[in-house]
Amino acid sequence: MSVLQEIIPSAFLFAAPLIFTALGGVLSERSGIINIGLEGLMVMGAFVGIVVNLELAPFMMENFGSTGKLLTPWISILVAAIVSALFASLHAIATVTFRADQVVTGVAINFLALGVGLFLIKQIYGKGQTDMVDAPLNSTDIPLLSDIPFIGPIFFEGTYYTNWLAVILAFVVWYVIFKTPFGLRLRSVGEHPIAADTVGINVNKMRYIAVMLSGFFGGIGGSVFALTFAQNFSHGTISGQGFIALAAVVFGKWHPLGALGAAIFFGVAQSLSVIGSGIPLLENIPSVYLQIAPYVLTILALVGLVGRAESPKALGTPFIKGSR
Amino acid sequence: MILQKLKGTWIPLVAIGFGLLAGAIIMLLFGYNPIQGYIALWNGAFENPYFTGETIRLMTPYILSGLAVAFAFRSGLLNIGVEGQVFVGWLAAVWVGTAFSLPAFIHLPLAILAAAVAGGLWGFVPGYLKAKYQVHEVIITIMMNYIALYSTNAIIRNVLTDQGERTDYIAESASLKSAWLTELMEFSNIHFGIILAIFSALFYWYFIEKTKYGFELKAVGFNRDASKYAGMSVKRSIIMSMVISGGFAGLAGAMEGLGTFGYMSLQNSFTNIGFDGIAIALLGGNTAIGVILASGLFGVLKNGALNMPTSAGVPHELVDIITALIIFFVAASYMIILFREQIISMYHKLKHKLSNISSKEGK
Repeated sequence: MSVLQEIIPSAFLFAAPLIFTALGGVLSERSGIINIGLEGLMVMGAFVGIVVNLELAPFMMENFGSTGKLLTPWISILVAAIVSALFASLHAIATVTFRADQVVTGVAINFLALGVGLFLIKQIYGKGQTDMVDAPLNSTDIPLLSDIPFIGPIFFEGTYYTNWLAVILAFVVWYVIFKTPFGLRLRSVGEHPIAADTVGINVNKMRYIAVMLSGFFGGIGGSVFALTFAQNFSHGTISGQGFIALAAVVFGKWHPLGALGAAIFFGVAQSLSVIGSGIPLLENIPSVYLQIAPYVLTILALVGLVGRAESPKALGTPFIKGSR
Repeated sequence: MILQKLKGTWIPLVAIGFGLLAGAIIMLLFGYNPIQGYIALWNGAFENPYFTGETIRLMTPYILSGLAVAFAFRSGLLNIGVEGQVFVGWLAAVWVGTAFSLPAFIHLPLAILAAAVAGGLWGFVPGYLKAKYQVHEVIITIMMNYIALYSTNAIIRNVLTDQGERTDYIAESASLKSAWLTELMEFSNIHFGIILAIFSALFYWYFIEKTKYGFELKAVGFNRDASKYAGMSVKRSIIMSMVISGGFAGLAGAMEGLGTFGYMSLQNSFTNIGFDGIAIALLGGNTAIGVILASGLFGVLKNGALNMPTSAGVPHELVDIITALIIFFVAASYMIILFREQIISMYHKLKHKLSNISSKEGK
């Protein structure tokens, strides 16, 4: 019981940014655009989220008091999401309109986000990293739900609203992709763009929307991570979370709920590697095994359990109207 | 034939031009003098032997990581795992360098070989899994990077030291540094690794262009099914490609371990040598000479950048933006081709109009 109460909230906290970002990855890849730039989109989200928070917090607290302080991180996250969506449109312009190699453009997005972020931080603050934010996301007890015996303390006490938002969003994305006309179009564009084009779907428009949505979600993921964990922005704020989210996309077989499960799995693994030494059953295992466990397990899962992952058929290929 | 070759070269050159132009525009926007900025960059790379030595030192691992990515690219694979292969190569080289005391002519080659073998083994895993189970090499290599990061740290902490932050210095006999070279370059960190890197590029060229294996590799890269039909072993090519690619990456790690640092310390994050290698391979068109030139460019940009804050007040992160944009423009080469076509058609229209005008005037 106490062990669960220790692992689950921290695992959940690790998982939430991964869930947001992986959902973005699912949307992008379902439309046929590989997105290795998820890391960069998270960096952009973290950068914008922190800067907006730092700049906005004094104003909000002066005018709206404690409500303002509570609202500030949410506004920061929204702005981060919008800016990251715009930033992701660069990936869309390069890959959709100019038929660039999607993997390479994604790598460029990763470099660009960090370069732009650090360059602007130097411009604004004159140093390599920001101060700590005054209005981070704080943990709360969710009313009513946290009173449920057993489940309440584990899942709803001292938790973050963003955690639950991530889970709900996974179901929303699942519904959109599999139950709505928009989702059908999105999938058809990723599976067989020429057929989709024949029935009048605007392939390139769908892909632009999908890539920009991946930026939106990646921006949420990055800013949520920055406003819960790091609480400032520097060179190493986002270090690999985007790549883990990408792994969650593949591990989850390009399915929103699969990605949700994979992200939670990575969250558990990461939290075990951090707090594992305090757990009776795991305290004698050298920490390195817990650290590498998520990655080794992913490889094993890809080879054995998951089997050959079926990626969207047109993944990675640009659509050229009129070609066969 | 010559035209065809030129067709491949002008795109990276235009991309570099666009990248530098964008950098100049950014400098203008933020109130810096772009000319001063670029002069500071150039001076930072070449102003004196110390800076030049540092530029060459930076360039050395880039050549090898660029070759690593390019080699895998040639057979249609993307090796994002160079970061991890660099770590294991670095560790293996330092391990051999600290554990033995041997004459230099055995010790140094042994340490270098250990790095190549370690990197090759790290490349073998994704290669084998790709060939045998068709698992995507991108995901596996990303996972392998993290495994390398955490395991090398654990080995440094628990095996090579007693909970220490870094290993001992390697023995003199395993070092790539030489007093003569260091003095020549005014005590920069330059070392003889650059010669090894250039020999590796020669090997790359010979293997890809002149051997049967190289031919098969390229064939598999062009068309897997056709190569299989022609009786080539696609699986063997994939595994071999990843092993040799990993070997190059391991050597890049040896450059850090036996040259620049002479030890290995605990790593918080990746070195970016591998990620930069992707850009370098792409910029160099996956050819040996192209990789050397692109590494030179990256060495100049990254080392020169360090001089920009002091000499021109420009944050050195600007160079990261420039390199990202260069990669971007190379990847989106279709944009550059469209751009050229636009200019050509504008030129023709203009010519047409001019000739119309002149013919009317003639009447």
